Amino acid sequence: MKLDLSSNKDFWAGIMFAGTGAGAMFVARNYPFGTSLHMGPGYFPMVLGGILIAFGIYVMLRGLRKNEKIQGNWSIRALVILPLSIVIFGVLMELAGFIPALAALVFISAASGREFRFVEVLLLTLFLGALSVALFIWGLGLPYPLIKGLA
Amino acid sequence: MEIFHNLVFGFSVAFTLQNIFYCFLGCLLGTLIGVLPGIGPLATIAMLMPITFNVSPTAALIMLAGIYYGAQYGGSTTAILVNLPGETSAVVTCMDGYQMARQGRAGAALAIAALGSFFAGTFCTLLIAMFGPPIAVIALKFGPAEYFSLMLMGLVTAAVLAHGDMVKSLAMVAMGLLLGCVGSDVDSGVKRFTFNIIEMADGIGFVVLAVGIFALGEIIGNLGDPEERTVFTSRVTKLFPTKEDLKRSLGPIVRGTLLGSFFGVLPGTGPAIASFSSYMVEKKMSKDPSRFGHGAIEGVAGPESANNADAQCKFIPMLTLGIPASGVMALMLGALTIHGITPGPQVMTKNPDLFWGLIVSMWIGNLMLVLLNLPLIGLWVSLLKVPYRLLFPAIMVFSSIGIYSLNNSPFELYLTAIFGLIGFVWMKLECSLAPMLLGFVLGPMMEESLRRALLISRGDPLVFFKRPISLAFLIATVVIIIVMVAPAVRKRRSDITD
Repeated sequence: MKLDLSSNKDFWAGIMFAGTGAGAMFVARNYPFGTSLHMGPGYFPMVLGGILIAFGIYVMLRGLRKNEKIQGNWSIRALVILPLSIVIFGVLMELAGFIPALAALVFISAASGREFRFVEVLLLTLFLGALSVALFIWGLGLPYPLIKGLA
Repeated sequence: MEIFHNLVFGFSVAFTLQNIFYCFLGCLLGTLIGVLPGIGPLATIAMLMPITFNVSPTAALIMLAGIYYGAQYGGSTTAILVNLPGETSAVVTCMDGYQMARQGRAGAALAIAALGSFFAGTFCTLLIAMFGPPIAVIALKFGPAEYFSLMLMGLVTAAVLAHGDMVKSLAMVAMGLLLGCVGSDVDSGVKRFTFNIIEMADGIGFVVLAVGIFALGEIIGNLGDPEERTVFTSRVTKLFPTKEDLKRSLGPIVRGTLLGSFFGVLPGTGPAIASFSSYMVEKKMSKDPSRFGHGAIEGVAGPESANNADAQCKFIPMLTLGIPASGVMALMLGALTIHGITPGPQVMTKNPDLFWGLIVSMWIGNLMLVLLNLPLIGLWVSLLKVPYRLLFPAIMVFSSIGIYSLNNSPFELYLTAIFGLIGFVWMKLECSLAPMLLGFVLGPMMEESLRRALLISRGDPLVFFKRPISLAFLIATVVIIIVMVAPAVRKRRSDITD
């Protein structure tokens, strides 16, 4: 039987747990461990890291035995574009103001879907923009300039 | 009659114009997001947290609570009419509710769901009013050892009762506890896992984590695997259930309420567990189990009462012990803290208007939901016709503004983006998110209690077994694990969740 690890669900889950645990223990190695009377800041993370490694190895081995596949699609498009749209929103809030940031967010995030209709997205932007300005800026008085340099 | 006196006081608080308005607003919003699949109460409450900074703590809590239990009502509407759970707790309702709708009895199903929820809501309001004060009195005697054992029990319960793999859920609890360590250590001031980023010194914000994983991660998942929506076409007629319906539903409603209340008080269990259990019980008790899955009204009445009872009883540990039994309750605690109220057993005596006003408002809110939902069903159904491609950018906008307004800085947004990616990977690997979130919330409290308990006992780890209440919690934890690992239960459990 050929073992295909690339989509083995529990194999990767185990790697993820054990890797996180090992990483945590590595980072926490310099925090004072303390004694059980006076637990140091390193105590809890070290113990948790160890627990995660143990769980991770168990889950990984079980994955090799059961070999269950990861379900569904990976939607690489959404996976890249959606987080990016939030980051761009953050950057534009600093550089350009509320309205450009919001418009960019709607357009970019809408582009991560399967259908993108320009007019529809434009109308959605106008609607959400008007609603957000009314609700957050005027209603709640959040102190963000609508467009930097202008207002 | 002290309870009577307290409830009257609660009414006087809840019936002010402002509080009634926020209760209504919360219920309306809750129903709205409950109806819409793909956005849950957790993400909504997280998004709206900034808004509540401007109102009184009582009004804020009343509104946030309204969103929470309103979502349970809304979720069932979608389940019955579209065969799509608006909320995870409504998964069970799909089975018989949608069948009833196909037989032209959608009205009866909706009405029974609403009435059952209302009964459960009323029962739980009384339950909190009766048992809240005595629990708080006991809780005042809790030391760090008791708190630690109680939280341990909550986390283990959350993991073993979560959907899916128990071992992975336990690992996710550890993952959450680890994420909770991020930031300055309270005792020593050592900055842990901050990677020299100043913004990380305060730790990861709960809202950031919740929105990243639940809003963003879920949108990414939904875009990859779009759900088919077959919007119900025929009109909802004949809202009133027949006499026969009512007779059949009475037992399930009462049993569902009791089951839901039991699971509700237990930390770590979600409303989905309560409604699944109720469904199984009703199927077992029925004289003709074959009717289930083909439009049995008992299969709607029981689970719907159970999930509402669960949602409402989750307030008991939150209000009396200051321990969040679910992610939503963690947000409620956060809202309290923002308003300068220290959560814990003393809330009842120090802020009686908040405590009793909130409890009574939940009953008023439940009444509103019955009156609000049934006539507005047409409106909710038409909302379902809004395509997802228009919905998710809106969720993105409100989430992002909410996150940015936490600190008026973009850093939290970057962190949210990262957690969105991580959350999506976790979802793909079928690691339960709820236990992780609970671990994250309880982590700092747990570490603190562990430290203090050991300090008081001069480093003797047996302190957790020497104190009777703490020992009781630990025994309960072990019992829960043994029961869940037992082969018979394990098999049944997989029957339920599959």
